Amino acid sequence: MQIWGDLPLLILLLVTALGAVIVRDLIGAVLILGSYSFFLALCWAWMGSPDVAFTEAVVGSGMSTVLFLFALFQTVPQEDPSSHRDTPWFVALGLGVLGLLLLYGAIDLPRFGDIAAPANAYLSPTYIQQSLEQMNTPNIVTAILMDYRSLDTLIETAVVFTAGVACALLLRRHDS
Amino acid sequence: MIAAHDSLIVHMITRVLLPVIQLYGIYVLFFGQYGPGGGFVGGVIFGASLILTLLVFGARSNENYLAKRALRADGLGLIIYAGIGGLCMIFAGQFLNYSAVPLPGFDPPATRSLGILGTMIGVAVDIAVTSISIVDSLSFADEEGRLV
Repeated sequence: MQIWGDLPLLILLLVTALGAVIVRDLIGAVLILGSYSFFLALCWAWMGSPDVAFTEAVVGSGMSTVLFLFALFQTVPQEDPSSHRDTPWFVALGLGVLGLLLLYGAIDLPRFGDIAAPANAYLSPTYIQQSLEQMNTPNIVTAILMDYRSLDTLIETAVVFTAGVACALLLRRHDS
Repeated sequence: MIAAHDSLIVHMITRVLLPVIQLYGIYVLFFGQYGPGGGFVGGVIFGASLILTLLVFGARSNENYLAKRALRADGLGLIIYAGIGGLCMIFAGQFLNYSAVPLPGFDPPATRSLGILGTMIGVAVDIAVTSISIVDSLSFADEEGRLV
């Protein structure tokens, strides 16, 4: 029953990802990429992680689409006809073999929701048992992000701040 | 510099939607301890509402004074976040170990909950200011004031 919910979403993901690559018009490609992020958010929600789904929907299909469109409006995209060469056969073959190898490697991954998997066996039970009584926070994801792993989140915030400062230094050409 | 949108429908719908979006962003921020959401998502939603004012009303109008003011708050969120960590160190705890701060009437779990709320506000301010700052960096005008 899980697979029948997954399958349409995965097909939509593949179609939108291929569309974003194939479409010639850049604005169309950006919009298709936004819908790809939205389907990915639906996938996360279906797999039971609403926090990741929320972030993916807001950042992936909202904010990054807006920023892509802004960047496109500022530049003049030009098509170079000489770059329209066919893909060499060895590139296609190599990518195909690489994909098969990745699928082969994915066989060894633990099954979804496996309680014996290393990610679920060591620290996760401690978080689930103790986060409510230690910090009055029913949402375990927020408790992990903002308290157990707070230093990581601080550095992530610093990364976002650095990105904003770098954009301002490189691109800002007017007095605001 | 971004010129104002010339459609009356867009202006009216934006005026109706704007408080709803901002209220929803604040709700997501403060509800992050009890459901999906948190500082990052709330900050992005609030920043998107500021970008909407900039796009619809134009950079020269008075409706987006909040977006223009927000540009001067670059780094404020990071200061809030790191300041809470430093406060814990002042009270002889580890960096970002919120329960080290002695608050009268708060037991350690309540103090940790408050620390989580404070750091989430810091993250939200940082994300919202950065998103509006990147949009401002990306937009500059030709002689007629149009978005080029």
